[in-house]
Order: sequence, then C-alpha cells, then structure tokens
Amino acid sequence: MALEIGGKNIATDEEGYLENLTDWTPEIASAMALAEEQPVTLTDEHWEIINFLREYYEEYQIAPAVRVLTKAVGKRLGADKGTSKYLYSLFPYGPGKQACKYAGLPKPTGCV
Amino acid sequence: MAVKKFMYVNRKAPYGTVYALESLEVVLIAAAFEQEVTLAFLDDGVYQIVRNQNPKLLGMKNFSSTYKALGDYDIKQLYVERESLIERGLTEDDLMDITYEDEGDDWAEKSSLTIVSRAEMAALMAAQDVMFSF
Repeated sequence: MALEIGGKNIATDEEGYLENLTDWTPEIASAMALAEEQPVTLTDEHWEIINFLREYYEEYQIAPAVRVLTKAVGKRLGADKGTSKYLYSLFPYGPGKQACKYAGLPKPTGCV
Repeated sequence: MAVKKFMYVNRKAPYGTVYALESLEVVLIAAAFEQEVTLAFLDDGVYQIVRNQNPKLLGMKNFSSTYKALGDYDIKQLYVERESLIERGLTEDDLMDITYEDEGDDWAEKSSLTIVSRAEMAALMAAQDVMFSF
C-alpha cells in the first residue's frame, strides 16, 4: 500500500504503518489522520503524544505498549494525561496503534 | 490466575542469530500478563547487555537500548552469571545501566542487574515454575 502526500508516494504496510520509519514527516501524520473514516484534525494535544512516542522510540527502539505509554505520559506530561480515558479521547482507535501509526512507528510490540 | 515465576534464559550472542531479539520481544509481550518475571544471562548471552554495541556493519538493528525499557514494563530482575562474565574477560562495568524506578521508594532509580554465581543461578532456576530457553 502507499500513501500519497504532496505528490509523493509513501510506502505503508497493509495496516497503514510506514514501511520506512525515516520517511516520516509531520505532514504524513496529518494526512494519515485526515484519511481516517472519521477524519481527525491533529491538535496540540495529539502532537504532544505523537512527539512523546517518537522520543520514546528514539531512546528505546520500541513502540511502548499502551499500559507503558499511559504510565510514562502521566509521569512526563502530568497525571491528568496519564489515563487511558484521556488517551482514548485523543486516539479512539487505540492510543497504541493509532498514535504509533501517526508517529511513523511500527505497531507496538504485543498489539494484535 | 495464580502468579507464576517465569524465567527467560538467554545464552546466545545478540547478533548472528535471532534468539536474543526474539527472547526480548516475547518478554515484552508476556509482561502484560503480570507474572513474576526474571531474566537470566549466561554463556554468550551476557554479550546481549554489554555497553556500546554497534552492529551497524553487520546490517543489524541495534536493539540493545530496548533492555533499558524493561523497567517500564515492570521487569526488574535481571540475573547475570559471574562465571560467564569472567570467562569472557568482562566485568560488571562492561554492562549497560539497566534500571527501574521503585514505586515503593519515591520512584528512586535502582539497578535491575544482579550478578550471581553459577551455583546461585542454578538455585534460581530450580525455584521457577516456567522456563523459556533462548
């Protein structure tokens, strides 16, 4: 599969995750969100999580499981944000899968 | 479900075979089941957690930093066999700093690594309910 952004084709797997992590740009994240069945316009709150995931991946070379993401977000961005309710309100398809996809990361280890 | 003691035994060098990476992935997935998990590093497996790995020329991804995320997954007991280190000319200082934050101690950062003798490792293994050997 491929995603067309600014006239360029970006390779993705059958679930829409980027084939090459290095292809990622913020525009790709925005385009993925707008391409959903119910299009999403990314807000600062979304970006906070997307950027957090990219930093986590940079440091540990993995996309964290939702449980781990929730705990880490709570510690880094404040306890009010470290809840599944908050994360699901931003990423209703599942914070692990959806946010990781927008962040250009592979599917979280342990997600099916 | 009763909590069982799970041990993942790592005996092989990190690159060249897929065992080390597969073991790490299984550990991260299984962490969701909230069992009592320990990791054992012995034989060439001790190379999995040495510092400053650079497998670029082998065309492999350097996944060694992922061991540092184990604490986030509540995996805090990593046992390393002393004899295996000595036989390879390694010391504890050659190993990465792998830590966890102790919830019961104001989130103080503590080392997850414990160096044990071969005899102590055998005793640890004997106390497990389930063992996975990689």
